[in-house]
Amino acid sequence: MIINWESFTPIASLGGGILIGIAALILMITSGRVMGVSGILSGLFSADDTKLWRLAFLGGTLIGPLLIVTITGTPIASELVSDGWLLYGAAFLVGIGTALGSGCTSGHGICGLARFSGRSLAAVITFMTMAVFTVYIIRHSGLGG
Amino acid sequence: MALISGLVFGVGLAISGMLDPSKISGFLDIFGVWDPSLALVMAGGVAVNAVGHRFVMRQSAPVFAPRFSLPSLTSIDRPLLLGSALFGIGWGISGLCPGPVLANLLLIPEKMVLFAAIVCVGLWVGRAIKQGLEKSQVD
Repeated sequence: MIINWESFTPIASLGGGILIGIAALILMITSGRVMGVSGILSGLFSADDTKLWRLAFLGGTLIGPLLIVTITGTPIASELVSDGWLLYGAAFLVGIGTALGSGCTSGHGICGLARFSGRSLAAVITFMTMAVFTVYIIRHSGLGG
Repeated sequence: MALISGLVFGVGLAISGMLDPSKISGFLDIFGVWDPSLALVMAGGVAVNAVGHRFVMRQSAPVFAPRFSLPSLTSIDRPLLLGSALFGIGWGISGLCPGPVLANLLLIPEKMVLFAAIVCVGLWVGRAIKQGLEKSQVD
């Protein structure tokens, strides 16, 4: 295994991760809800009275990074790695997959693992394995171009 | 307070590097030149949450809601595994999962709006399929 020390950002990533954990705790202690973005988003499709907290959370997620950019004055790196039908096919897979699988990186990854949920552990192992496999195919097999 | 949680979440994502698909891809590329940063995002998030969650669960109810809404399912079933596998493929191709898509939306709308819209279509379709499966099991 070769480590990319140039790209490695241990302090920023650990700090960001701790903030994400704190965000999950705030939502649980105040609203009693799991901080899973796919679940919060797809819950908007149901006709119940949970829209307010869902929209408030999602609004915060939209605005938070904008605040950071405004305060620090430095843009946040974000470089796409695919385009065209592959990118938009991937978007559909992300949507349908997280709905069927009842969660994504935040709900299963951050919250589920912290609750020692067996379902979340199974989900995380599954999506991590498939994602690593997919990146291997794209970058190293010659099939991804 | 959900707004505050969302803000902290968005700031955390932005600082951590999760908004950059090329960094996600570098993390998933364990057979290439591997960037382990995002393992620390997950480690930090899970550690803080695991410790805090034990404290939170000692309360009888959340501050602004009548009860805690925790997932009740415990069985590892086919929709969970199939869905997670499909998500993994999409995440591997794009380097984008739902949180960072939203957090990126106002920063780079020209790249993110269509992607976010298709994620929502996928969520809607997946939700309909899951509800269909649950209904057929009850019938």
